[in-house]
Amino acid sequence: MSKFHVSTNVNGDSVEYLCDPRETLLDCLRDKLNLTGAKEGCGTGDCGACSVSVDGRLVCSCLMLGVEAEGKQIETVEGIADGDVLHPLQQKFIEHAALQCGICTPGILVAAKSLLEKNPNPTEEEARYWLAGNLCRCTGYDKIIRAVMETAEELREAS
Amino acid sequence: MALDDRKSEFSFVGTRPNRPDGLDKVTGRAKFGADISAPGMLHGAILRSPHAHARIVKIDTSKAEAHKDVKAVVTRADFADVPFKPGLEGEFWNVLENVMAGEKALYDGHAVAAIAATSALAARDALKLIEVEYEVLPHVTDVDKAMASDAPVIREGAADYSVPAGMHPNVVRYHESGHGDVEAGFAEADLVIEDSFVTEATHQGYIEPHACLGMLGNDGKGELWCTTQGHWIAQKTCAALLGIETSQLRVTASEIGGGFGGKTTVFIEPVALALSRKANRPVKLVMTRSEVFRATGPTSSASMDIKIGMKKDGTISAAQGVFRLQGGAFPGAPGDMTAMCAFAPYNLTNVKQIGYDVMANRPKQAAYRAPGAPMGAFAVESVIDELCKKLDLDPVDVRLKNAAHEGTKASYGPRYERIGLVETLEAAKAHPHYSAPLKPGQGRGISCGFWFNHGGETSVSLSLSEDGSAQLMVGTPDIGGSRASMALMAAEVLGIPYENIRVTIADTATLGYNDVSHGSRVTYASGLATIKAANHAVEKLCERAAASWGIPTDAVKWENGCAVPSGPNAGDFDPRPLADITTHMGSTGGPISGHFEATPEGAGVSFGTHIVDAEVDPETGKTAITRYTVIQDAGKAIHPTYVEGQYQGGAAQGIGWALNEEYIYGEDGRLQNSIFLDYRIPVASDLPMIDTVIVEVPNPGHPFGVRGVGETGIVPPLAAIANAVSHAAGVRMRQLPMSPPRILAALKDNG
Repeated sequence: MSKFHVSTNVNGDSVEYLCDPRETLLDCLRDKLNLTGAKEGCGTGDCGACSVSVDGRLVCSCLMLGVEAEGKQIETVEGIADGDVLHPLQQKFIEHAALQCGICTPGILVAAKSLLEKNPNPTEEEARYWLAGNLCRCTGYDKIIRAVMETAEELREAS
Repeated sequence: MALDDRKSEFSFVGTRPNRPDGLDKVTGRAKFGADISAPGMLHGAILRSPHAHARIVKIDTSKAEAHKDVKAVVTRADFADVPFKPGLEGEFWNVLENVMAGEKALYDGHAVAAIAATSALAARDALKLIEVEYEVLPHVTDVDKAMASDAPVIREGAADYSVPAGMHPNVVRYHESGHGDVEAGFAEADLVIEDSFVTEATHQGYIEPHACLGMLGNDGKGELWCTTQGHWIAQKTCAALLGIETSQLRVTASEIGGGFGGKTTVFIEPVALALSRKANRPVKLVMTRSEVFRATGPTSSASMDIKIGMKKDGTISAAQGVFRLQGGAFPGAPGDMTAMCAFAPYNLTNVKQIGYDVMANRPKQAAYRAPGAPMGAFAVESVIDELCKKLDLDPVDVRLKNAAHEGTKASYGPRYERIGLVETLEAAKAHPHYSAPLKPGQGRGISCGFWFNHGGETSVSLSLSEDGSAQLMVGTPDIGGSRASMALMAAEVLGIPYENIRVTIADTATLGYNDVSHGSRVTYASGLATIKAANHAVEKLCERAAASWGIPTDAVKWENGCAVPSGPNAGDFDPRPLADITTHMGSTGGPISGHFEATPEGAGVSFGTHIVDAEVDPETGKTAITRYTVIQDAGKAIHPTYVEGQYQGGAAQGIGWALNEEYIYGEDGRLQNSIFLDYRIPVASDLPMIDTVIVEVPNPGHPFGVRGVGETGIVPPLAAIANAVSHAAGVRMRQLPMSPPRILAALKDNG
């Protein structure tokens, strides 16, 4: 099967790749652009470990085809920090031990950032429902939710 | 450091610094199993049986081999001829048979052949070119049916010496233990309750699927990168299955995306190496989620009968349990562990327990956090709760009355050293959760839980750098922040800042043998070895200082990161900080390192008590957990935040097991829910905050008092939640998971 040429933008960089029409955006990010921060936990859109933002919208990159990325603006976990300055969510996740094994962390950070962009003042329930598409098997979510809520509060105070 | 001068005042231990691998893990830099590639790499894919039980009549790989993108195809013939032995004696054979089927496919998802091709898509496509002829055989997946006389035989000769004569060949191991006279004890009781319980198999549910990259040459030398809880066992097992020398295979553990016991063995690693040997190129193999569910893990399913007698004052006069565990088509279901743990929290005069290890046509069970213990606790603690209810006794008071303590003869034999069960129960009683009012429709449950904890073979090496920083090499993969704990313990001994210590998970070529990260052993055993390796380095630092001062070594002691004279008689010298000694080490005797290798035996058993509130919706049968408190003895919490994390994670997994998770098999013996949509683990909106109380009753077997904390936290939840749900619903729940249909059925049966 012949491959398609795709031009897109990832974390502010213009990139190109050739992909099989069956390959997902996640496959392309990981195998063609070597951006392995997004993880494949299920391949069926159930675990959220592959979460990225596409034109500002939170998506499971395992459910989107690589060819569909043409002309889009994609943001992955690798693009969350501003150079060597961590995003407040990243900092709080470390301080709160909101990760144990860390495999779900990239997806949860992308999803949590998306939440705070849309709703800077979420209730605990809203945060829990927003992150319900991101599975974590280690933490029981307690420290994750605390890290997100505290980041939201600090960002509100700072703005 | 002798264990009798155990430390109790700490500078670093007990603080909560950021973990050393935090930055890598929040930026996406950390390299997990599937995050690596190699020049010339091929991609592997595995063909799996669609049948629960079938004879493999013929495998024709010729069409696949002829395909231009396919570089290698392997079947069982491409592995070593490992000898078959009964029970767990032949574990290498069992693992090989699981990794690649021999004469029969033994469960839905059993590997029968594998391909390496130039791309992942090509490998997946080429699987369709392999033709397998099966003769489908009768199958059995239920534990009680697998023990019945008419059950299909999975494998003749798999039972070991422990199984009494006359049992079905599917019963492969038998355990019986206890003490006293249970019949006399039941005769003394004011109330005896006898009941039966069932739990379904659940999966460890780590979010990272198994992944590896293997390279093996025809010279018998190889390299393997894999996500694993123990790379030395991976090395040893792969070498045995491929017929190469262990030392010729170097294994590097990737960052690991969860394991919970499920990554303590190998599945795809020997297959990648076999493909690589045939293709003479590196081969990467990554499982799909469906493969993870169908062919790895899960835990055992269980069927259990419990009989307990109690006096009116709450004293348990006798306790008896029969535990039948199904562990898939291989020996290994932890019926013995279930039996030994079930009554372990209690000081009993009369106790008897029997455990069965039973085979069925399911995937080979793997350890899952305190393997076997949660099921037994569910059954036993449910009966104790029912006795408390019928005798109108407080469930915490009854457990306190019967609680094991130092000197108690455990239900499984030995006498306990200092343990902390009573302290967890007293903390439960004093906790505001226990006396908080409940709303209508809610119920409260409590349960105790026990786990042995483990020591295991351990090897640690620490080397000091000229600038006074330290490199620590440990061999236990870090699943939940253990590098932080190791650095804290090393800092405590060396007296240098936590941040100046770099902890690395060494590969198999760099350090002596290390047992797997299991049995809650890492902070205990690798921690003990870290402390002793650091002490070893400190001895050398003191020798160098003594030599520079011209005084005997025993006239120097180590204090706050400095060598100092041990007393006024030793002489008057200024303290020499660590960096002051290391900066000259090249010219004063050479590099300074510390090592420790041993199999520490004092892991120290662990107990916990959980309190949970549940609310049942009588219309839908759905249960909400409204409040949860974990109280557990950590001995000494090295990094309390990560100890809390272990408690919370164990509770969350227990909530999933109790309420929702189960392997569902169709009549055809095929697994029906092999994706996360259908096998639903708890999500953020399912859970409340999980409160924790860290009790610290120091373990006499560790220099700082550490007890492992990883596993005990999953033992009480099944029972505590079942007790809460039973009170909320007004009907005793005897089968897990307590999914909405089961609760509705129980409510209906109850009128």
